[in-house]
Amino acid sequence: MTDQAYNFAYLDEQTKRMIRRAILKGLAIPGYQVPFASREMPMPYGWGTGGVQVSAATLTPEDTLKVIDQGADDTTNAVSIRKFFERTAGVATTTSTRAASLIQTRHRIPEEDLTEDQILVYQVPIPEPLRFLEPRETETRKMHSLEEYGLMHVKLYEDISRHGHIATSYAYPVRVEGRYVMDPSPIPKFDNPKMEMPAIQLFGAGREQRIYAVPPYTEVVSLDFEDHPFDPSKAPHACGLCGAEDSYLDEVITDDEGGRMFVCSDTDYCECRRAAGHCGPQFPEAAA
Amino acid sequence: MTPLLDVKGIAKRYGRHIGCADVSFDLWPGEVMGIVGESGSGKSTLLNCLAGHLAPDAGEVWFDTRVDGPKDTLKMGEPERRMLSRTDWAFVHQHARDGLRMGVSAGGNVGERLMAVGARNYGTIRHQAIDWLGRVEISEERVDDRPTTFSGGMQQRLQIARNLVTGPRLVFMDEPTGGLDVSVQARLLDLLRGLVRDMGLSAIVVTHDLAVVRLLADRLMVMKDGQVVETGLTDQVLDDPQHGYTQLLVSSVLQV
Repeated sequence: MTDQAYNFAYLDEQTKRMIRRAILKGLAIPGYQVPFASREMPMPYGWGTGGVQVSAATLTPEDTLKVIDQGADDTTNAVSIRKFFERTAGVATTTSTRAASLIQTRHRIPEEDLTEDQILVYQVPIPEPLRFLEPRETETRKMHSLEEYGLMHVKLYEDISRHGHIATSYAYPVRVEGRYVMDPSPIPKFDNPKMEMPAIQLFGAGREQRIYAVPPYTEVVSLDFEDHPFDPSKAPHACGLCGAEDSYLDEVITDDEGGRMFVCSDTDYCECRRAAGHCGPQFPEAAA
Repeated sequence: MTPLLDVKGIAKRYGRHIGCADVSFDLWPGEVMGIVGESGSGKSTLLNCLAGHLAPDAGEVWFDTRVDGPKDTLKMGEPERRMLSRTDWAFVHQHARDGLRMGVSAGGNVGERLMAVGARNYGTIRHQAIDWLGRVEISEERVDDRPTTFSGGMQQRLQIARNLVTGPRLVFMDEPTGGLDVSVQARLLDLLRGLVRDMGLSAIVVTHDLAVVRLLADRLMVMKDGQVVETGLTDQVLDDPQHGYTQLLVSSVLQV
């Protein structure tokens, strides 16, 4: 039984302690990027090594884990990380947002409101919101410590001058509790307003070795201009399967003749609605 | 009247080598000071020490701040000094590429300082950016183009617009006309002279080009081997040089 060679949730206790210290520091300074000694994980960078380490350090044997990738429970990334923790931690897993106590996510916040008993763990590729404008880490750290965030607006200015509106649609920069400007990871800007929530939000970037956090009920403001206010836009359609009009939609190409449909990106939300009797225009049973 | 900038005994060493030694002078509001000397004479070291880019080994730099009056900028905290350097101070680099964000449009480059001090209205920022592009003779159509598509002279003018948009009181210029051909130089100098006079700016101009200081500077400081060898009114120093090195410098200018 090779599985028995692992400690609970793969990482050794010293490593988990180190990560928990970083998490606590992150929670104490909302939005601040805490450096941590990221470990090699048995999966490639970009697959959520940061999120996995944060989850491993927060998991307890009583937890119920849910993993989503772009809102879906059944894509490669979600399935493999869920299996990883089933094997190494033996925790219960679920696809139901309501039943989960710990949710690791990539690129989405679940549609259903989270509660104070839940933790949301984000996978972050590049934690530094200023990176594409200022490549020097020494300089960006100084900008954070001195609250020099004019540059972030230069990015938004460029968007408007080129496209006529703020074209940044994901990883939309936010300011946390009036202090740190933070990259909310590549979630659609539709999800930005949801970040003021009762659940704890933890962000892990494995390759970049940074952990940051947003405590419950923390103020999270999306940056904008007075005359170009923040707009959490979504596709102007209803879900083809469940008919929801308030959820974030994926556009799915259905054939090579221009056929397409819009469906909820949050699969659990869509399934729950269908189970409750809601029906969209393109649901197979509705057509039959 | 208090001087805008009061420099006392600035010294900077690079190991055993002297960058500049014991430089002191006053700069009065509205005055333009030229610093000339050959390459390696410590001009740029001195300028960088004054502007806070380098930490000098000794000396004081007193700046007459708007709120608190004269303050030693070397003893200021870093947040305060950086705030100063994007409001009341400006720094024009020799190479426009050092002073511009090459990946950001001309309008964004000019607007950056406005946004850095809290402007959050796109329309106002853009309007001011276009206004300033006009003042440095860049047409409004180029506002969304990146500086990479600009000529050397345009890049330099854009850098000047970007620096002056917040209405600074003191401008540091490091060889502002270096690397430009003579006709472009002449236009840039004309423009700079107009801006300095109109806005009542004080400036410190480092250059090895005597024509630049003749046109721009009220007073002149000649440096050699890190030491100031001669100071005085520009015309006085250039027309009646006293120090041997200044005489050499003045006589080295090619007459066409």
